[in-house]
Parts: sequence; C-alpha cells; structure tokens
Amino acid sequence: MTDYNRRATLRAFSLGLAAALSVSASVAEAADDTVTIGYAVARTGPNATGAGITTIPNYELWVKTVNEAGGLAMPDGTKRMIEVVEYDDRSSNEDLVRAIERLASQDKVDIILPPWGTGSNLAIAPLMDRFGYLQLGVTNVTDKAPEFVERWPRSFWMLGGGHDYASGLVEMLSAAHDAGIINNEVAVVSVADGFGIDLINGARPAFEEAGFELVYDESYPLGTSDFAAIMNEAQNSGADSFVAFSYPPGSFGMTKTAQSMGFNPKVFFIGVGGAFPIFPGIADGKADGVLAIGGVNADSGAIQEYFARHTEVVGNPPDSWASAITYASLEMLEQAIAKVGVDNDALAEELNSGIFDTIIGEVKLEDNQLRDLWWVGQWQDGAFKGVNPADKEGAADPDIPKPEW
Amino acid sequence: MLLTTLVLGLVLGGTYALLALGLTLQYGIARIMNLAYGEITLLAAFILVFLFQGLGIPPLAALVLIAPAGYGLGWLLYTVMMQPLVARSGSSGRLDVDSILATFGLLFLIQGVLLVTFGANFTSISYLDRGINILGVSVALNRLIAFAICVVVGTVLVLVLARTRWGLNLRAVAQTPASAPLVGIDVNRVARQGFALGTALAAVGGASIAMYQTFSATDGVVFTMKALVIVIMGGVGNVGGALLAGLALGLVETFVATAIDPGLTLAATFAIFLGVLLWRPQGLFGKG
Amino acid sequence: MKLLLPLVALAALAYAPNLVSDYGLGLLIGAVTYVTLANGWALFSGHTHYVSLATVAFYGTGAYTVAVLNETLPYPLVLVAAAVIGATMALVVGLSTLRLAGVYFVIFTFGLAELVRQLITWYEVNITGTLGRYIFLDVTARDIYWQMLALGAATIALTAYVHRSRLGLALRVIGDDEVVAAHSGINLARSKLIAFVLSATILTLVGAVASPRSVYVEPAIVFNPTVSFLTVIMALLGGANRLWGPALGAVPLFLIFEWLSSNFPDTYPIFLGLLFIAVVFALPDGVLAGIERLRASRKERTA
Repeated sequence: MTDYNRRATLRAFSLGLAAALSVSASVAEAADDTVTIGYAVARTGPNATGAGITTIPNYELWVKTVNEAGGLAMPDGTKRMIEVVEYDDRSSNEDLVRAIERLASQDKVDIILPPWGTGSNLAIAPLMDRFGYLQLGVTNVTDKAPEFVERWPRSFWMLGGGHDYASGLVEMLSAAHDAGIINNEVAVVSVADGFGIDLINGARPAFEEAGFELVYDESYPLGTSDFAAIMNEAQNSGADSFVAFSYPPGSFGMTKTAQSMGFNPKVFFIGVGGAFPIFPGIADGKADGVLAIGGVNADSGAIQEYFARHTEVVGNPPDSWASAITYASLEMLEQAIAKVGVDNDALAEELNSGIFDTIIGEVKLEDNQLRDLWWVGQWQDGAFKGVNPADKEGAADPDIPKPEW
Repeated sequence: MLLTTLVLGLVLGGTYALLALGLTLQYGIARIMNLAYGEITLLAAFILVFLFQGLGIPPLAALVLIAPAGYGLGWLLYTVMMQPLVARSGSSGRLDVDSILATFGLLFLIQGVLLVTFGANFTSISYLDRGINILGVSVALNRLIAFAICVVVGTVLVLVLARTRWGLNLRAVAQTPASAPLVGIDVNRVARQGFALGTALAAVGGASIAMYQTFSATDGVVFTMKALVIVIMGGVGNVGGALLAGLALGLVETFVATAIDPGLTLAATFAIFLGVLLWRPQGLFGKG
Repeated sequence: MKLLLPLVALAALAYAPNLVSDYGLGLLIGAVTYVTLANGWALFSGHTHYVSLATVAFYGTGAYTVAVLNETLPYPLVLVAAAVIGATMALVVGLSTLRLAGVYFVIFTFGLAELVRQLITWYEVNITGTLGRYIFLDVTARDIYWQMLALGAATIALTAYVHRSRLGLALRVIGDDEVVAAHSGINLARSKLIAFVLSATILTLVGAVASPRSVYVEPAIVFNPTVSFLTVIMALLGGANRLWGPALGAVPLFLIFEWLSSNFPDTYPIFLGLLFIAVVFALPDGVLAGIERLRASRKERTA
C-alpha cells in the first residue's frame, strides 16, 4: 500500500468514525503541508540542567532558523514548515517512554528528536525501533554503540564512548610526558555514575600502558558538594596531572576548591561542564589552561557564526562539546530530508551513507556513529579549543603546564 | 593529615549546621515539617546572585537584606498557609501529614518559579575565593565566612533561647505546646515567629551557599535532605544539637573521604543518620 | 453483587489494550502502576498512619533485581526472587524501625531509600566495576500491563481481605491509639511487621514488573524519590484507609500530571504545586471522605 493510499484509507475511516478520531484525521491532513517534529526532553527534575544547556536550546534554535527560511526543503523542491510537539519527561524514564508512545501513536509525528542523556536514549531505543522512527542520538555516550547499532539499526550515536575520551586524554598526556614536561604520576577521581565509570574503566589500562602510575584513584558519589578532602588528597599525592571524570557540579566544585587551596597541578583536567560557557566565570576568569572533555574548532568561521547566533537567539553561548554536535545533527537531518523526505527508513539510510556540510565541517558517519570528534579541549585565550586528536583540522597545541591560577 | 581532616571537616560541618538551624526551628517550634526548606534556601541563593551580579551589591551586604526578607516570607507563609492547617488539625496529630503534603506542593511551586525566572542553568559567583592558611591547611575564605556566620548565628540563637523571655516562650512552645497557653503564651504567635525565624535562617544559609557553591534550580531537595539529617541527629528543635550534629557530620564525611573511600561519604551520612534514629530517636543531644 | 462490579471492571480493563493506541496503553500501564503502588503503600500506612517514604527503596530494588538477574534466570523466577528480596529487606527494616513513630518514621524511610541507592552504587562501582545495567527481555508493553493489572487486582483483593481480618482490626486500633492497642492485647510489633512486609513485597514487585519498560537501569534512575512522594500523595488524596481510596486518588492525579506536562511543559511544576496545596486545603481527608461529606450535607438539606 502506498503512502497516499494509507492516508486516504485513514481519512475514509475517520469520516466514518466521526468525532472520536477527528484528531488523527486532522494530523494526517496537516502532515501534507507541515513536517511535525516531536520531542520529549527534561524540563524539570535533575536532567533539566543538562537538557537546558545542550539539547533544548539547539532544538529551538534550529526550528526557528528553518522556519524563518521558509521551512524544510523537500525532495520535490517544495518547502514545509516545522510544527513542534513537545513534552516534559520530568527526568523520569517512565514518563519519557510514555511521551514517546504518545508522539508515535497519538500525535503521529513525522520525526522524533532524541531526549538528553545516555540512560534516556537507551530507555526509548527499543520503542523508537518498534515504531520505525530514527533516533538521532547525540548526548548518548557509550562504548557499546556498535553493539546497539546492530540491535537498533535506525539508532545513531554521535558523541563517542568513554574509552575514546580516556584514550585521547592519555595520548595527549603521553606526549607531554615524553617531552619531559610532566612526571608519570596521575591523580584521578571519577563520579560514580555510568559515564564516570565508563571513562575510568577506559582510562586505567590506557594510563598503565602508557607508563603512567595512578597514585590516587577514587570515585565519589553523585550529589557530592564538597571536594576539599578529595582535592587535598590529590594535592598531597605528588602527581603532576589531576584528572577528574566528573559531572558539572563536581567539575565546578573541584575547580573552585583547587583555586582557593592553591592546588596548581601541571595538568588540570575536568569532565562535563568544563566546556560550558559559564566555566570562565566559575573559574573567576582564570580558566586558561584548564583541560576538559570536548572542544570545537574555535577558528572555524561556521562555529563562530553558530556561537554568535546561539548567543543572540537563546541568550547565552552554547557549550563547546555537545551543543555544536547537536546542532550539526539537526543540519544533517535537514539535508537528509531535502534528499529523501521524511520517511524514517530512508532518512536513516541517507544519514549513515551521505556526506553533510555542517557547522562542525564536513560530516561522514561510520556505522551510524560520528567518530571524527574532539576528545580533549582546552581553554586558551578565553575560548575553549579542541586539542586532541592533535591531527584533527583546527587542533590547537595543548598548553602544558597550565599557568598557575 | 589528622589536622587537615579536622580543619576541613569543621569548615564543611559549619556550612552544614548553618543549613540545618532554620529547619530545626521550623519543625521544633512551629511543628511544620517543611519539605520546601531547600527550595527556600535556593530562592535566597538566586536572589543573592541577582543582587550581586545585577545590582552590584556585595554578597555580605546582600545577606543583611536577605535575612529580614526571609523572615517576612516565613511570616507570610505561616499566616496564609500553615496556620489554617494547624488550626484544623488541633491536637489530632494530623499536622505532620498535612504539612508534608502542603509543603510538598510549595516545593514544586517554588521550583517552578525558579525554573521560569532563572532557567535551568548552573549558577555561580566568584566572591572571596582565595585561600586562607589555617594551621597549615588552605581553606577558601568564603567557606570560612560561612563557617563564621554559622558560629555567630548559632551562638546568638543558643543564647537568646536560653537567656531571654522570648527564648523561654519559644522553648515552652517547642517542648509542651499543649500547656504553653496555660502560662499565658500565645502559641500561635510564637509558632509564627519560630517559623519566620526558621525561614530567615534558611535564607541566610542559602545566601552563604551561593557564595561558595555552584547550584541550579533543581538542587533544593539535596539541601532539604542534608538539613533533615542534621536536625534529626541533633534532636528536633535543639539548636545547640543541630550545631554539634552539623559539625560532626562534616567531620565524618571528611574522615570517610580521606581515610576510607570518597565513594562512601553519602552512604556513611545516611548510615549514621539511620543509626541515630534507631538508637536515639530524640537525637544525639536530646533529652530523655 | 459487590464482587460482580469489580470483576466486570477488571475484565474490561484486561480487554482494554485491544481498543487503544500504544499511547493509550502507556497511559493504562502508568495508571495501573500508580494504583498498585498507592494501594500497596496504603496496605500498611493507610490504617496505621505511619507515612512511609520508602516506596522507592522497594520499587528500585525490584527494578534492580530484574536488571541483575534477567540474563541468568527465567523471568517468572526473577519476579519470585524480587518478591523474596523485597520481603526480606522489609523484614529486616521492619524489625528495627517499627518502634519509631510519627515524623521520625517518615524521615527514616526517606533516608533508607537514599542509603540503599548509595550502597548499590558503591557496590557496582567498586565490586562489579560497572554502573548501569541493561534489561533486554522479550516482554511487550501488553505483557507488562496485564502483569501489573493482575498485581493491582491482587493487591486490592488482599486489602479487602485484610480490612476484614483480625490484622485489619489490629492495624485500625494501632492507628487510633497504640497504647490502647497494646492494652487490648494486640501484638503491636507482629501486626505492624506483617502489614509492612506485605506492603513492601507488593511495592518491590511493582518495580520488578515495570522495569522492562525502560531498557537501562541505573541507581539514579530507579531510586527516584519522586515515586515515593507521588505514591503518598495519591493514596492520601483518595483516602488511604479505604479500599478504593488509593485508586481514586491515583488515576485522576496521574492523568492531571500527564495533561499538565504536555500542555504546560514550562510552567507545569507551578500548577502542580498549586494543585497540591489546593488538595490539602479542600479535601483534607481524601476525595472519598469529601464525597461522603457532601452527600451527608445534601441528605440533611433534603430531610
């Protein structure tokens, strides 16, 4: 049955059934001139902070940009406006699962954009697969991505896994060690959460292989607000490198604690949050030299333009890790729709095989994953710049040792 | 090593104790189990940041504005929201459940207002961030200030409660609410004052947190929990107990983080807390 | 006749998945889950007035049990294991805590949920070296719904039975006055313990049955304290000491949350907060008592 037929049948069906089904009928008709895009993201609860920085602003910015330009270009040359259906998942997976069911079976949206966070994306992956939607996941960081792509062929994983970030960091530190800048001792702390544990599990063997010694290696629970004791231990360990696989509250807390206690390791690396636009403010203007997860090509014109537009529309600059990737994923979606329309199977195929021109440069996915990523970035002259992989276009040279606070 | 743990632990404990003082007054005197306590501290924290960044008022001066504003807010909340519940429950013991439910609503209300007004972003200011050498241990000045505020406020409270007529009334209502009217105490008025004072202390606690910690609009529950743990450990309504319990908790957390495993700090907190509840539900420093 | 109506309703609910969309089924699952949670909670707390906030400690344990065992044991056995673990936990907790009263009990149960979460986290990080587990079970949404419906029906039946039994009488007396209860020869500890274990077992099973809905399990996700709070509010709204009270509280509240979060994603917490406060003031004893009061006053007027 062709698409047209299905819709016609639906229309006849709904005429017969009168008011009860009038909603779905109007959706089916509206689908002819707009593209409905749905998402359920955390507006409230513990995930609201992450979603409010990385995910929601970029969704809104992209929809605004597209609609101001007259809508999404379709393969037949026409343009269709985007209509958004949005729900709050209240940071709860059960609510999220139900919201996805609602978007898919009741609102019958054309495209569903992914929620924020690895756990949330995993929670809905089977549903998205069953409903036949593509899942263009960005903020889902996991080493198991290749496995999941096999399980859910329309799922995408655009931010790498813990091992990638850990290896990137070790590679960079090895170079500094070989150059005689730092000693071979590392103090590392990790947040007791899926993400932190992924990273530390990847980092331990990589550090050992590269000849580093982990002189302090502890995890701390999510929700820790005081880091004085931990930082004190790290300082006394004698390591030249301090590495924290942390979440924003921890990254910020450790930075402030390190500053106030005068802890000046030659390498100061923090996890999520280090690339946030508010970080220089948290570091009291002394962010330069701090290393963190992520990065962008700060010299690229497209990135600078994106930062400026994000600041203008959203009110604050984006973060320098997942924000640009999120926006790029939407640009890819836009370009794929222009080629194949809103059929989710065709879109998934196109996204995986096509080459796209985005704010992060030319993108080509490998096996539904984006592998050409920045693993480590550093604050330099007030901008957060990608430093590893060192051979990536636009990579800045890492500044080690970090200047004192 | 031991000295470091001691200094860091005491400073941390001081900030904890400050957070708990208000809650112990609210529950001890006004009998309101205020689940929105953390949200009120957050509200004060956001206001401090706004006053500092928006209007350029230095945090310590802003603190002087925020405390009476907190008292006013508490007074209003008690009069409009809590007093009808108190009147309705009489002596039936329903107040616990009613106040939990009502303040749970308040929790959402304030969190929603904070999210709409200030957004979901992390908020932080840099104020007096430099380290001060205490017995060879470097401690952030803003933390020391929070510690000092805690010691001053706590001591003043203990003295006022112990030495003044007003304090006597508060204590009378806290200990025997049923017989306080017999000696001519206006229980309703005293309870309102207790609740308002508690709110003012919550605001002071929140404002001092804003000086040294990054926070976001969804953090309130964390503060409520910490405060609750300390209040129970110190004995409900016992200001001196809350001070000691806060300090003890800071020491324990720091000790666990340095000597055992930072991964167990929160587990240790709750284990001790549950232990105290079972062993001495009246609190470590309560009578009886 | 009294039995007929619930049975017909149950049959209709069991047939309902054939009539609704996937989202409708999602709504049904959510509603039945909360009805079961609220009923399970009320089984212990309804009469005794011991407000427990440990719901999520058991619910999360159930979900975690499934996550840990789903690859090694057949599914029915996993559910049995979850029930056994929940009951054992409740027994240990109950033996040590039921002498606490009033707000101390409330806070203890709140702390318990956090302690369990912290210990599981620590264990996973330091002993097994992983955090976050996957549940790849071949359980469809319909299966989950039917299981949950069966569990919910069983819970309500059990509640009805308990209400009429000696245990129910004992719980009511305890709720009215523990001293009187003790003097009238009721074994306080035993009655409370039995009710607590029954209640906790149900809550654990709810967590276990619901867990395949989300593939990924992490302590921070399954030990979400909101679950405890919602359960209490729902049960109290309907009237926790009545057979149909928790259900009558859970269904409308669940639907209101859903409606608010989809229509007012930005301001929904504000509405939610106002709603709670309104409920406390307008319906102090729950909806059922409110309706009865209304009827009574009408009767007076007509008489």
